[in-house]
Amino acid sequence: MATKLNDAPVGIGSSLSRVDGKLKVTGGARYAAEHPVADLLYGVVVSGAIAKGRVTKLHTEAAMAAPGVVEVVSHLNRPHIAWFDKAYQDQVAPPGSPFRAFYDAEIIYSGQPIALVVGRTFEDARHGASLVQVEYEIDEHETDFERSPEFKPKKTRDTFVEPKNRGDEAGAYAKAEHKVDVSYYLPTEHHNPMEMHATTVQWHGDGRITVYDKTQGSQNVQAYLVGVFGFAKKNVRVLNPYVGGGFGSGLRPQYQVYLATLAAKMLERSVRVVLTRQQMFSFTHRSECRHIIRLGANDDGALQSIYSKAVTPTSRFENYMEPIANWGGQAYRCDNATMDWALTAVDTYTPGDMRAPGAATGMTLFEMALDEMAYETGVDPLALRLTNYSDRDEMMDIPYTSKALREAYQEGAEAFGWSQREAAPRSMRDGSELVGWGMATGIWDAMFQKTTVRAKLSANGHLEVATAGSDIGTGTYTVMTQVAAGALGLPADQVSAVLGDSDLPPSPIEGGSWTAASTGAAVQIACDAVRVKLAKAAAKVDGNPLGGASVDDLRFEDGRMILAADPSKAVGYGEAMTAAGVSEIEATEAAAPGPLESIGEMLGVKKKAKNTHSAIYAEVKVDEELGVVRVTRIVCAVAAGRIVNPKTARSQILGGVVMGIGMALHEETLADHRIGRFMNHNFAEYHIPAHADVLDIDVIFVDEPDSEVSPLGIKGLGEIGIVGTAAAIGNAIFHATGKRVRSLPITIDKLLD
Amino acid sequence: MPTKLAEPTAQTAERLIDIDLTVNGKAEHFSIAPWVTLLDLLRERLDLTGTKKGCDHGQCGACTVLVDGKRVNSCLTLAVVRDGSEIQTIEGLSSGDTLHPMQQAFIDHDAFQCGYCTPGQICSAIGMLREGKADGRDAIRENMSGNLCRCGAYTNIADAIESVQGREDAR
Repeated sequence: MATKLNDAPVGIGSSLSRVDGKLKVTGGARYAAEHPVADLLYGVVVSGAIAKGRVTKLHTEAAMAAPGVVEVVSHLNRPHIAWFDKAYQDQVAPPGSPFRAFYDAEIIYSGQPIALVVGRTFEDARHGASLVQVEYEIDEHETDFERSPEFKPKKTRDTFVEPKNRGDEAGAYAKAEHKVDVSYYLPTEHHNPMEMHATTVQWHGDGRITVYDKTQGSQNVQAYLVGVFGFAKKNVRVLNPYVGGGFGSGLRPQYQVYLATLAAKMLERSVRVVLTRQQMFSFTHRSECRHIIRLGANDDGALQSIYSKAVTPTSRFENYMEPIANWGGQAYRCDNATMDWALTAVDTYTPGDMRAPGAATGMTLFEMALDEMAYETGVDPLALRLTNYSDRDEMMDIPYTSKALREAYQEGAEAFGWSQREAAPRSMRDGSELVGWGMATGIWDAMFQKTTVRAKLSANGHLEVATAGSDIGTGTYTVMTQVAAGALGLPADQVSAVLGDSDLPPSPIEGGSWTAASTGAAVQIACDAVRVKLAKAAAKVDGNPLGGASVDDLRFEDGRMILAADPSKAVGYGEAMTAAGVSEIEATEAAAPGPLESIGEMLGVKKKAKNTHSAIYAEVKVDEELGVVRVTRIVCAVAAGRIVNPKTARSQILGGVVMGIGMALHEETLADHRIGRFMNHNFAEYHIPAHADVLDIDVIFVDEPDSEVSPLGIKGLGEIGIVGTAAAIGNAIFHATGKRVRSLPITIDKLLD
Repeated sequence: MPTKLAEPTAQTAERLIDIDLTVNGKAEHFSIAPWVTLLDLLRERLDLTGTKKGCDHGQCGACTVLVDGKRVNSCLTLAVVRDGSEIQTIEGLSSGDTLHPMQQAFIDHDAFQCGYCTPGQICSAIGMLREGKADGRDAIRENMSGNLCRCGAYTNIADAIESVQGREDAR
């Protein structure tokens, strides 16, 4: 992709406009369903109507007879696919047996794909799909997770953190002067990126396929297709240069890529499959959660005991779990803490990671319970958090690499005007509206994953940095451009970042907020290697003007190497390369956690905790008679290490906060347990925040230098914005109305109840 | 217990209809089935994929284009009923390398992340300015509420629109 927006020198810390901006505002950025392919067929998915049972008869005759229908693919006629679970287990698969569409007649969740109608045009396929009739044998199902027995699987996900308890919670709670014992609930949520999941498979006819997929990891999908369909790895190229949002929905290979590839293999034709918005509710979701929280505290608000237990559903075929219960026990100083968790199995698809999985649920609900303790003790909510402040990860009993949360509390409170708050509920008013101010804490992990980047400098001064990773709207192209431009002293328009291609050097999936830290470090290291090669090439220039100086003695600016000790001596990059007889200089380098660190983390002896933190302050206005809630003001102060690009970083936080507004007031997938199906599977009934719901949001980044968390001191920002935001809003609603709603979202019916 | 669903409706014979459209200033002729939406026509027959499909139900606004100057959800518009119309899509807003002021404002204010709702937001914003409804921040928010953005760029979008709302060339 070309970057022609800014020719000023940039580096880490500059507010460069998004380098893919021009393509995105002109319609030039192509997403998965938009890559032109000759002789393309279109597939439309037929979704199952029952939650459990089997297909006894599939009537496809009418569809096959319809004009333009080429084939109806199903379990009855599919080509061979792998037998063993291992082939289906992608990089982030939870323990279990991944879903296989069309494997046999069995139906294990409502909305399961049961046929793919392939037609010459989209309209032909859609018409054909409407003609497919299905007969079922129906088995008893259970989709209500609170009616299924709790269990704890032996095998947990690699990323799951088992709670580590301390002290005597029950004893301390019994003796505590103030007690809060509450049950909170978060409903099922669906990711709903604006781009519906889609795949275009190009069948080359020589054994190769090119797959344009909506995914957060091109190489994760490549490995999956190789395993499931038996293609040679070299014959499968997966591309996702632009991804219309993900929020976790594209972490695992989803069934649209499986079905498009299955049909392409069967028909030996190029095939495109685009899911409908309804079908976007049929493959992954944030799990609902019952969170039991019991707190004991002294008169001054000092916590004496914490009990936190989270129960979440998983599917019958995989054990998906999130660390939900731990966060309060990590964040606050308290000698006695017990955290616990359990799963229950239901007949739905497996839940999956959605923006800040675990923390968005657990910290949000915990922070609402903590607000109850503030009222129970009569201590200001901010003062209560400062009373229980800790510079250590209290659960693991280790220090942080950095934690500037105190500064975030303070700067956020000043910007918001928190000191002007009247403590009593219903004490602030603006005309017919009750005014409420609430606050909460956010916490998320600062992760780092091995990432490899190839840097290539051409003699004309153009630098390309490339890796297989993704930019799902997070700004990865821009971050890479900035780091590379800074490292080699080039203007942004002489740098291009390339992403979204499984043929490029290895990158993990785009998730966990680790991409800026990891990819940024890899770009830096690869560019550093180019600098070393450039310095060596400079020694070949006639008269060796730099005297064989090493990189440490040189400044790399404006496309030239300048001797730091004598700036009159300089060699241009092109000049050095010509002298060395090369037309380009290339280096491929990996950034990875240090070996000791990796082994330590594997053995569970992490020496320091790595986390981002935030302080969120919210103002709501609630119509006293109608119960309508408006979030009129939010201040989100974030401590997240080094900020690469203040402009795009701010947008990341805005996005997280807006999704937090959705969690507080709008988002809720409702199931009809009698038929075992999600009912409100469209944007008219599954509400997400719209323009009118989002008023003022102020983002503050507090200074937090950290040389340990990652090579460039970056912590990542994709998720911290959502954590705790719904709690700040819920707490503000209590302050406004005096009504404590312990089940999100806080809708009008609950306030007027 | 086997369940039999309702019988499908009688199969409709394919019948093509001739229409003429002017798309981004260029005359186009199509012979299309009556059930082809303007959105699918633009994306699948003209390769104008800047216009996005986000729900196909008129609920998200990603497919917004300007039809005879007015903003319209192209997913809810059958192409045949717009015979003779002038269509402007995101691809037709810039001239050469010069962006439309609204496009430039979106870049300057970082009014998008993933970019998928962006063409619809921009077309809708231009349509709103033409309607004369962008009177202040509240009005912008209210009149842009048909365009969803899951990345949550709303405040930046409102900033972008506000920055050009007084400009004649932004309409």
